[in-house]
Amino acid sequence: MKMLLKSSSFSSFLMAGQSVSALSLFSAEELEFIAEDETIEIIPNLRMEPLNLLCGDFGPFFPQIPTQVPLWLAVALKKRGKCTIRPPEWMAVEKLTQVLEAERDSQEMSEQLPFHYVEISRLLFDLARDDIPDVYMVRSLIEDIRDVRFHKVETDLEAFNGRTVAVKIKNLSAMEVNIVRPFIGRALQAFYKHDSPELIPDPERVSDRRQQVATTAPRRQLRR
Amino acid sequence: MASNPMDSSTLPTDDYETLISTTDVELLKRAWRNEKAAPEILQFETDLIQRIREQILLMDETVEEFTSSGIDPLTVSLYQMDLDRSQFLLRSYLRIRIQKIEKYMFHIESTDELWNRLSREEKNFARRCTDDLKRHLDETVLSKLPDNYQSVQKQSVISEDDDMVPKPQLDTFVVCRSKEYLTGIQLEDGPVDDRSKLFEMEPGVLYFICYKSIKALVESGKIDLV
Repeated sequence: MKMLLKSSSFSSFLMAGQSVSALSLFSAEELEFIAEDETIEIIPNLRMEPLNLLCGDFGPFFPQIPTQVPLWLAVALKKRGKCTIRPPEWMAVEKLTQVLEAERDSQEMSEQLPFHYVEISRLLFDLARDDIPDVYMVRSLIEDIRDVRFHKVETDLEAFNGRTVAVKIKNLSAMEVNIVRPFIGRALQAFYKHDSPELIPDPERVSDRRQQVATTAPRRQLRR
Repeated sequence: MASNPMDSSTLPTDDYETLISTTDVELLKRAWRNEKAAPEILQFETDLIQRIREQILLMDETVEEFTSSGIDPLTVSLYQMDLDRSQFLLRSYLRIRIQKIEKYMFHIESTDELWNRLSREEKNFARRCTDDLKRHLDETVLSKLPDNYQSVQKQSVISEDDDMVPKPQLDTFVVCRSKEYLTGIQLEDGPVDDRSKLFEMEPGVLYFICYKSIKALVESGKIDLV
């Protein structure tokens, strides 16, 4: 969580009420656990028989022959010096520069990064930095992208109002969802509650059927 | 989990999802996420859990065999990690359900639909929990109150419904994703013919939505909670 908290005012306003971790559905570790099932390409430097694991079959492994494995397996081999990890295409400087531009140019969230881009890149920065070309540049680009995206989510949130019953959140990443979830969840729930006629005792409305039909008009009118 | 933009351009999301989610572990992960995100207890995945248990047992034996037959320790440790990951998922899945049962035991016990969602072991557990708690509340408090106030379920005899029983909040907002294009989701409790309140979901796109409106779709497996 640490990495995320320093990023913007956004996370700090979420902190105002209760701690983020207490409200988030998934802990940072659980999100990482989920992301570790994403596949990634490795270049082994050992020979190893195929692995018939519960989560799928992988290998056989031959030196210098690239193969696809889940991230956790790649990291385990990497830690023991048994492979190099080929960073995913989206982690190239050129690609990330494009993404950053796209993110800056439009209020829409770009769809060019994978759902778990924050977790995947963090794992690779921590454990396979020597396999990432231009690692400093890549890292700072990803941080910038994350900040720009958070800022956009923040502005999107301002557009919420009492009429909001469902929100489409196109291309939000796993970490972003987890961070905004407690806030959006509570906000929408509050709107929903204040909007439910059965929860607001209003004798006038109950006694007059026609009035009830009119309640589909903007909610503000109810406040008269 | 269809996250790679390269793939989503060549394959429709739902095909891609079925393609990669063929292992039971993947199915368990989906069940785990749904259970974690849903405010109420969901149907126990009897068959899936049975299969996963067998696979875990079998793999546990295999790993032991490997260790004793001198297979290279790196391979053994990789199998062990895979085993640990599956066991974590299974434990976490069962634990979330137990937490929900503890929280809503009286409500679950008195609602047939919910009661039937529990596994045999969970039913035993829930029965023991409710019995213990009832006895405890009776002995410590309720038996000392006036006759009209002795129910575990109701504040007093004039209460119309069980107002002392905690129930899950079904109007909680959840994040979800549909596998296919869905239309005609009713967002509020209004009349169905009011088209303006019907909502459609595109496949693969995330939505924040009131759990109540998509409850049936989660139960039928059309929508995944995230």
